[in-house]
Amino acid sequence: MAGAAPYSDERAREIIAAHMGLEGPALPILHALQAEFGCVPESAVKEMAGALNISRAEMHGVVTFYHDFHSAPQGRHHLKICRAESCQSMGAEKQANEFLARHKLDWGQTTPDGSLTVEPVYCLGLCAHSPSALYDGEPIGLVDAETLDSLVEEAKGK
Amino acid sequence: MTKIYIPLDMAAVAMGADRLAAAVAEEAARRGQQVEIVRNGSRGMLWLEPLIEVETPAGRVGYGPAKTKDVASLFDAGFLAGGAHPLNIGVVDEHPWMKRQNRFTFVRCGIIDPLSVPEYEAHNGFKGLKRAFEIGSAAVVEEVAKSGLRGRGGAGFPTGIKWKTVADCAPGQKYVVVNADEGDSGTFADRMIMEGDPLALIEGMTICGYAIGGSKGYVYLRSEYPVVAKVFQAAIEKAREAGWLGKNIKGSGFDFDVELRIGAGAYVCGEETSLLESLEGKRGIVRAKPPLPAHVGLFGKPTVVNNVLSMATIPMIMEKGAQHYADLGIGRSRGTMPLQIAGNVKYGGLFEIDFGIPLGEVINDIAGGTRTGRPVKAAQVGGPLGAYVPQSLFHLPFGYEEFAATDSLIGHGGIVVFDDAIDMSWMARFGMEFCAIESCGKCTPCRIGSTRGVETIDKIRNGQDVDKNIELLKDLCHTMKFGSLCALGGFAPYPVESALRHFPEDFRKSALEAAE
Ligand SMILES: Cc1cc2nc3c(=O)[nH]c(=O)nc-3n(C[C@H](O)[C@H](O)[C@H](O)COP(=O)(O)O)c2cc1C
Ligand code: SF4
Ligand code: FES
Repeated sequence: MAGAAPYSDERAREIIAAHMGLEGPALPILHALQAEFGCVPESAVKEMAGALNISRAEMHGVVTFYHDFHSAPQGRHHLKICRAESCQSMGAEKQANEFLARHKLDWGQTTPDGSLTVEPVYCLGLCAHSPSALYDGEPIGLVDAETLDSLVEEAKGK
Repeated sequence: MTKIYIPLDMAAVAMGADRLAAAVAEEAARRGQQVEIVRNGSRGMLWLEPLIEVETPAGRVGYGPAKTKDVASLFDAGFLAGGAHPLNIGVVDEHPWMKRQNRFTFVRCGIIDPLSVPEYEAHNGFKGLKRAFEIGSAAVVEEVAKSGLRGRGGAGFPTGIKWKTVADCAPGQKYVVVNADEGDSGTFADRMIMEGDPLALIEGMTICGYAIGGSKGYVYLRSEYPVVAKVFQAAIEKAREAGWLGKNIKGSGFDFDVELRIGAGAYVCGEETSLLESLEGKRGIVRAKPPLPAHVGLFGKPTVVNNVLSMATIPMIMEKGAQHYADLGIGRSRGTMPLQIAGNVKYGGLFEIDFGIPLGEVINDIAGGTRTGRPVKAAQVGGPLGAYVPQSLFHLPFGYEEFAATDSLIGHGGIVVFDDAIDMSWMARFGMEFCAIESCGKCTPCRIGSTRGVETIDKIRNGQDVDKNIELLKDLCHTMKFGSLCALGGFAPYPVESALRHFPEDFRKSALEAAE
């Protein structure tokens, strides 16, 4: 799982500098920062604003606009459960609600031990195998309650 | 050496294709069998994934859906020679589901190794680009216009006109942008072509760059597609190594290169101007039009923004000629449509066929009805902003105008089927909620209206002043439809209004229950 490195301004500056040759580098930088640190902390936003020569407020606006970027560290593992229409046609909503209730979680929350963050996602393009999910970037088709529960266990182990 | 195909397609991977490929390699080694495993795209018969294909003198024989636990028995059954086995579906090209199609955009998908330039060339790849270089830029634009191709991203705007607008702009920096944001539920054709035949998209972009006088192309891909990102990036590098991208492509004097960019989980970034803002590194806020992106697009330069399918169809049109394409379809919907069959169906997958096939034939016949075995209640066509189509409209032939005439959309060609267990007032609520979550926030009808819409539907579902609130909801939909800046707010009423129109009883359940 990526994103384990502790944050440092120096490393953030290196990552930013490595992308400055691109046209419109903000998103690539944000993805790279999040891949390295697991989130985009406020200090990194400040560094970016400086490098891109825009205000901090504007940079902050960019980061917060996108669902993918987080300002604080998330769980060590990520589970995205699809709740878009096709998955709903196969009972995804009920399944997800029961799953969240079983583990005393709400959408966007992390298990108390910090091992797993559960997020909603609106279509993974796996709609012929609804319901579906994505675990640390690994797609899962025809996901059932048993599989979801086993992922919570698996996340705990690592 | 026997050639075996196991898809790398994300849907196949989601059903265990990676583990299967490893198990097949291992078992072959254990048995001392010489095999070459090719990771191809999907053939589109997604209910059979992972589908193993084995090259035999009779053709490619398929076995699916194959699990790792089936591997030993497949070897025992002599599958390397096409042997009998419960998973054997025969020669894949002869399968009735394959034979009914007219594969045009997807002609190579699932057939070739997606990352082999020589194989792509052996299957007519880059012929379209070569022809483009022969006939010259202006003739290419003309050819695209004559084909009748309309943008497959949803709105159906004629591709030729868009290209001509950019081509006619004064020379200078111009961009080719491919919209690979594919956020609609029930759609996966963009994903499949980028995994199964990425060089077709690269070739299409290069033809576009040549036609409009642009040297740089961007592909904006949603972050939910990690497999695509890997495959497509590798394809760019292969194309560059082979001289099909970069400086002076194959001695033509034309320079063109492609860069892959990853989005960050915002549905609205599929809207073309929001996408451009995002590519520029800003919040994905929709721009007012005009100016059109064709005049003032990426970094203020003239820009073609096309959907993946529109662009990936171009090489075939250039190769076969505009007339070939224009001769297919109905009315002003020319050519073929890669239908994406999803949701509660027996046979989900990608089915490419000429425009004009009736919706009911797709759902009841090709898709085999529902997976749950219950009666079909509705199909949502065209993604989360598309209408719910009831059985009574299943005779509708698939075409832009034909659907529009009944206040429905075909959008990107996604068909999501629901059985009779679905509560349409819930789906209407979900449609509004989705709009509220994904709204870019620029205009009031969408930003506020969607939140109010959720509240109003909640009241209706609770049996509170049902008639009054249904009127209010209709009024709200009207305001959103005509007052929103872009189609996110403007089309959110389609699922809601269609649910109200075709399934009114689902909005009165609580009132009925209360009366009982
Ligand atoms: C909210 C919203 C989301 C959209 N999402 C997509 C998308 O994911 N892919 C796409 O090609 N077009 C999408 N579109 C349509 C684009 O704005 C644009 O019309 C299209 O990319 C143009 O390409 P085409 O002419 O090849 O269809 C979306 C539009 C809206 C309003
Ligand atoms: S309709 Fe919604 S998404 Fe579109 S511009 Fe307005 S607020 Fe943004
Ligand atoms: S709707 Fe869930 S994968 Fe498409």
